[in-house]
Amino acid sequence: MTRLRRFSTFLLPLFGAFALSACGINSVPTAEEEAKAKWADVQAQYQRRSNLVGNLVETVKAAGKQEQDTLVQVTEARAKATSVQVNAEDLSDPAKVAQFQAAQAQLSQGLGRLLASVEAYPDLKSNENFLQFQSQLEGTENRIAVAIRDYNGAVQAYNTRIRTFPDAIGAKIIHGAKPMTPFQATTPGAEEAPKVDFGN
Amino acid sequence: MLSFPFGLSLSKAPSLRWGGASIGLLRTALSGLFLLLLLALASTAWAQDFPKFDDKGVVDAANLLDPAQEQALSQTLIAQKQASGRSLVVATIADLQGYDIADYGYRLGRAWGIGDKDSNGALLIIAPNDRKVRIEVGYGLEGILTDALSSQIIRNAITPRFKAGDMPGGIVAGVEQITALLALPPEEAKARAAAAETEARAADRGGSAILGLWPILFIILFIAMRLMSRGTGGGGGKRYRRGGSSMPIILWGPGAGGSSWGSGGGSSWGGGGFGGGGGGFSGGGSFGGGGASGDW
Repeated sequence: MTRLRRFSTFLLPLFGAFALSACGINSVPTAEEEAKAKWADVQAQYQRRSNLVGNLVETVKAAGKQEQDTLVQVTEARAKATSVQVNAEDLSDPAKVAQFQAAQAQLSQGLGRLLASVEAYPDLKSNENFLQFQSQLEGTENRIAVAIRDYNGAVQAYNTRIRTFPDAIGAKIIHGAKPMTPFQATTPGAEEAPKVDFGN
Repeated sequence: MLSFPFGLSLSKAPSLRWGGASIGLLRTALSGLFLLLLLALASTAWAQDFPKFDDKGVVDAANLLDPAQEQALSQTLIAQKQASGRSLVVATIADLQGYDIADYGYRLGRAWGIGDKDSNGALLIIAPNDRKVRIEVGYGLEGILTDALSSQIIRNAITPRFKAGDMPGGIVAGVEQITALLALPPEEAKARAAAAETEARAADRGGSAILGLWPILFIILFIAMRLMSRGTGGGGGKRYRRGGSSMPIILWGPGAGGSSWGSGGGSSWGGGGFGGGGGGFSGGGSFGGGGASGDW
């Protein structure tokens, strides 16, 4: 009996800690925060692109190009994309994530059209300003792709964690965890930047 | 596997007033823990299809450089690393395995862990068979080696020489220009700012998950001991309540340490520095797609 009591004194707390840490009391929020942080990265990179679009429009305008329709489209798409934000709590709502995706995809398409129309102007294509902008846009699209991949990886890890044993216990009973929505292109390749080849 | 005899002996102790169900939960949770440990260990054996990084600064997998050039370039890069504290690594890749070079590049940078915890590393990647070149920039250097500057270096220094067939010349010229940027002292503050911004992303979770938990467990143990020894003075019911009141402490104890089991899978184990031998290029730096690509 005394041995048992001693046993319980020393080891029960230890077991308790192990048991709790094994059923997701910490790992579920950790995974959730990880995914939220990755989402913040995704949004930051889209914001970065949005900021660049302003420069592009100015550069094209400054070069005196008559692409008013495309420019207006891009500006509008940009305004719309900026207005649709998904905060971390809404990540379990597929509709909101889809809305965000759609807005960004529209901007991607507008940008694609604008860059394609620039093809017709050799002087603009060799404009150092424009080349610089182009490299920045490329870099940003890369960052967006990486951020999305990282986010989807984190979401997958989180969703798997809250649905598999033993973390599912803690996820369900303590945290009431809901699965998060991975970021998928609404149309194939919509989140990809249009490839622009200036033959350099 | 020790958990099972312990678990069984616990279930034979009625005075502990633990329900059968909670004992069962304890046991399954314990075995789950062991499973998690096994999984965490297993994921270190993550499959890689990148060339091996030997910390010389140059990995010439596509054999573009002769041994003397490779040696010279390696010395340049090690000197650069010692002077600026930032890592620049040159990699020639024979086969991008169907990836876009930007896609391949950031994975390569992450796999090799170029740069230290502030992710102040960069790679110059040359894929001669795909005729692609890329400067891949770690999170911490994005403010110094910007996309636009990377693109300029590729367009002005590297690809003209590659077009002329002078591969070593293009590589050396690129390294020179990148080195000049990395050595800029006025940019130091900017780099710090960028590093602070990416601190959360680049945070080192290297192997401390388990070690960090032990002191906390001991603290819990002591608290629980005191509570329980006080509890034995009173009746059984009181002891039970005491036992119950110690639960929140157990609950929040591990959380206060911020560590958790199996938090990061394989990467949390590989984060530590393996940069012994050569230039110390590899220190767990991370990459997020910054930089620029070019072709010729």
